[in-house]
Amino acid sequence: MADAWRRQTSLRRFYTVLGVGLLLAAMFASMWFADEANAGHFFDRLPHILDFLGWLVPKDWNDVWRALFDIASPHDTGTQEYNFPLGRIYVWAGFYIPEYFELMLTTVNVALVSTFIGFIFAVPFSFMAARNLTPHPALRLVVKRFMELQRAFPEIVIAGLFAAIVSIGPIAAIIAIGLHSIGALGKLFYEINENIDMRAEEGLRAVGANWFERVRFADLPQVLPNFMSYTLLRVEINVRASTIIGAVGGGGIGEELKLSISRGFGAKTLALVLLLFTTIFIIDQFSAWLRRKLVGEQAFMMAA
Amino acid sequence: MATMTAEEILSIEERYPQVFRRPPYKRFAPLFLSVGILTYLVYVLWFFSLPQVLRESHWERLPLFLTQWISYDLQPEFRLDQPEITPKYPRFSALGENPNPDWVIKNPDGTFTVLIDGPAKSVTFDKARATIVANGQTVPVSLTSDKPVISGPVPDWITAHDDEVVAKMGFVGEVRVTVDRVKVRKRFLGWANFVFDTRSPFFGKSAGEVISLIVSGPELKPGTSNLALAGDNIWNNAQWQHGDVWTKLLQTIVMAFLGTLLGGIVAFPLAFFAARNITPSGVLSQVLKRFFDFMRSVDMLIWALFFTRAFGPGPLAGSAAIFFTEIGTLGKTYSEALENIDDKPREGVLSTGANGLLVQRYGVMPEVIPVFISQTLYQWESNTRGATIIGAVGAGGIGLKLWEAMRTNSNWANVFYMVLLILLVVFIFDNISNFLRRRLSRTIHDYNRIQAEQG
Repeated sequence: MADAWRRQTSLRRFYTVLGVGLLLAAMFASMWFADEANAGHFFDRLPHILDFLGWLVPKDWNDVWRALFDIASPHDTGTQEYNFPLGRIYVWAGFYIPEYFELMLTTVNVALVSTFIGFIFAVPFSFMAARNLTPHPALRLVVKRFMELQRAFPEIVIAGLFAAIVSIGPIAAIIAIGLHSIGALGKLFYEINENIDMRAEEGLRAVGANWFERVRFADLPQVLPNFMSYTLLRVEINVRASTIIGAVGGGGIGEELKLSISRGFGAKTLALVLLLFTTIFIIDQFSAWLRRKLVGEQAFMMAA
Repeated sequence: MATMTAEEILSIEERYPQVFRRPPYKRFAPLFLSVGILTYLVYVLWFFSLPQVLRESHWERLPLFLTQWISYDLQPEFRLDQPEITPKYPRFSALGENPNPDWVIKNPDGTFTVLIDGPAKSVTFDKARATIVANGQTVPVSLTSDKPVISGPVPDWITAHDDEVVAKMGFVGEVRVTVDRVKVRKRFLGWANFVFDTRSPFFGKSAGEVISLIVSGPELKPGTSNLALAGDNIWNNAQWQHGDVWTKLLQTIVMAFLGTLLGGIVAFPLAFFAARNITPSGVLSQVLKRFFDFMRSVDMLIWALFFTRAFGPGPLAGSAAIFFTEIGTLGKTYSEALENIDDKPREGVLSTGANGLLVQRYGVMPEVIPVFISQTLYQWESNTRGATIIGAVGAGGIGLKLWEAMRTNSNWANVFYMVLLILLVVFIFDNISNFLRRRLSRTIHDYNRIQAEQG
């Protein structure tokens, strides 16, 4: 008995050591590969990491605020680094929206609209794809595969394709992120649908309600809080996605940030990072608060 | 539904006042929400000036681009103002240096016939006249005056411009005729020269010929075996760049793997100090939690741009960006998992007099390790997708290659090739991660079941 126990534990320990060893080997191989393929090498560049941060420190820290709110800087010599007031968007008379706030607004609007598109399509799809609610098993399979494809398809390709059709800009980003959101939300939604209480559905079925009536009055009220919770989570993800898509041509704050970093504009970069960081932080906290109100603590268990 | 009497309706109303007489703010909440959303949508319509963008967009390009994903075309051109008509192919055409396709026929009487889709869709011409055949109609075009003249009625698939006659034949191609040249575009389904490019000595040979050459043929390039030569030719295919694409794909995979793993390794000890129920100091817990929030909120894009500047473009920058974001994400999820553990095993181990480290090892770890691994796998899976896109800002991997192939709008077949590879990788990794997580959740499930049985 003790012998068998010892044999089993030693076997388990062997597998653990083997697994960790393989993982470490893969890790070091990956590190070597990544280092080889990179333009600059890790140990060559490491001492210069802080030099690189040097350009980020502005000559005058007040320039960060000036860049953020488009206030003219005394350092302005006509170069792009300090032309803060140039981007002002006048609303009426002397009142203007600072350029970066407008860009941030674009990015957030892209995220919101694409989440909305995702939600609108994912809800009906999720009822068609749920095993217990689908009108037809064949339809379920088609919808599931379709959503899988949308989820796995690289957003950047859709963005690039539509950039050639509707011109480069936020609309292409909305289409790309929206399509991806349909797949991502649809999957989460139909998994919720498969776990609902079927008694309400049976009740409505007994009085002769059709599929739409059953979904609307028996299923939707049960799942709506969870749907909203996942949608809010998606908003957080989509704000990040729209920033990234922006950087590769989708407009908004991502593009400006990429330009500013690649040209080494310290004050502008800090202003942009500050604005982006604050916005994402506020959206995250707000959506966490709202989700906690909607569905309670469970939204935070395996949410992702 | 069965009809009810007025009394029945009234009695139900009285029995459930919370359903029928809700406060107005609750009753009208959906209405307000819908009106709010509608207002927002109208505002967005204006904000993105959607009607204008849609009016100016080129939807006719969409089917064109999509057909280019899975097809290629050949565009021979015939100059009519030269002494002798000879077909000319663009440089680097898919036919190689000595094109002699069987669908371009030189007739005995000196005319040329190009079969675009058999004789049913074709064009026959000499210097004086061209005859376009398609859709069961034969349209003669006279080329003797200073512009092409169609004799007879003009069918709707032909457009007669001032100096050019364009005959569109659908997917298979088109013919453009002016007085001094005939230009044909013939479209083929499939990917051209996917295995060997036109410079390869194996170009244009059937699979059987290639195999027999590799097995027993004479050395095509002295000093190299045919197998090595074939491998080298495939790897360095000029049009498809298999070698480069696969290397970049591997970089993307490595970025996701390395970033997630390192993030997990760093987040693991930190999470213990951040978890409210385990941390030795409440201040430390708060500081670490804000640190995790910071790493997450700075966003993968900002990290990617910074590290691209610091390390230069390449997978190192991408790995570092994912690594920094993952410290935040995994640190947060790990510490939340730790805060949700059952405290009884810890107390048990603590009561034996074990020190702090041993309590964590035997009282906490067995409970959270499966959850940790499961969450790490999930992040790995989602980073494999995300790594594509940060590559496009210069952080290495297939993203940049994809973006560059798309920017010219002429290489959609290559784009589709890369997309298929990415889909394949995502599919494989999803399944590995799902399989491992299912195994793990079974472990968690068993653990819970045994606990429940033992009370």
